[in-house]
Amino acid sequence: MLVPLGEDRSISTSEDVVAVRQAVRQRAVDLGFSLVDQTKIVTAASELARNTLQYAGGGTLRIEEILNGTRRGIRLVFEDNGPGIPNIELAMKDGYTTGNGLGLGLSGAKRLSSEFSIQSRPGEGTRVTIVRWR
Amino acid sequence: MGEYLLVTIQVDMHDRLAMSLQDDLTSKIVSVHARGVLIDISALEMVDSFIGRMFGDIAAMSRVLDAETVVVGMRPAVAITLVELGLSLTGVRTALNIERGMELLRNLTESRGDDAGSTR
Repeated sequence: MLVPLGEDRSISTSEDVVAVRQAVRQRAVDLGFSLVDQTKIVTAASELARNTLQYAGGGTLRIEEILNGTRRGIRLVFEDNGPGIPNIELAMKDGYTTGNGLGLGLSGAKRLSSEFSIQSRPGEGTRVTIVRWR
Repeated sequence: MGEYLLVTIQVDMHDRLAMSLQDDLTSKIVSVHARGVLIDISALEMVDSFIGRMFGDIAAMSRVLDAETVVVGMRPAVAITLVELGLSLTGVRTALNIERGMELLRNLTESRGDDAGSTR
């Protein structure tokens, strides 16, 4: 079961990355996430939002509240129409980067999430989906 | 004295703001001849890889400018998340709070005065 909360938000500036952090934090608070779990999903969201901006020049985030039985969670879907990731396995490696960061964005966001999936097509774009259960 | 800088980060910084803090701080270290920098992050609700890297860069730059940097006041939830993210803050000294951070800075800069001229 899925309860959409608002439409896609745009990620096109570094201020938007801050707005993403704040929006995700608010959802996590509303859903009663512990402080540590709030911090984890907000940090994962920050990494992925920055990736969207940096590697694709921008994209969107959809925040969804999800239910599995009585379990509640947050699903974040980051989508862009950027150049895509030619080698996902390589991109998921700690320390690997084609930019000038630390190479922890994807791998770190995965570790901070309960579920993680990524689809990418070179020349078409990338979609990263993470879930954090309460 | 007057040789330590205290920086308190009180807002959720976007990346460009973080970069300009880094630049401003580096200039300030030189202009006031600071021997130590204390960065208070007790108000920060999150540290991601970008901000973490900024602390590392500030520590490295200040070292080159003959100053020590100590990051103080990290919240427990932030510390837990940082480690899981995979960030070890190599080269960044940390202390529990401002008092302990000042003590650490004093020890660091005093002991350095004793063996001035030695390579590090």
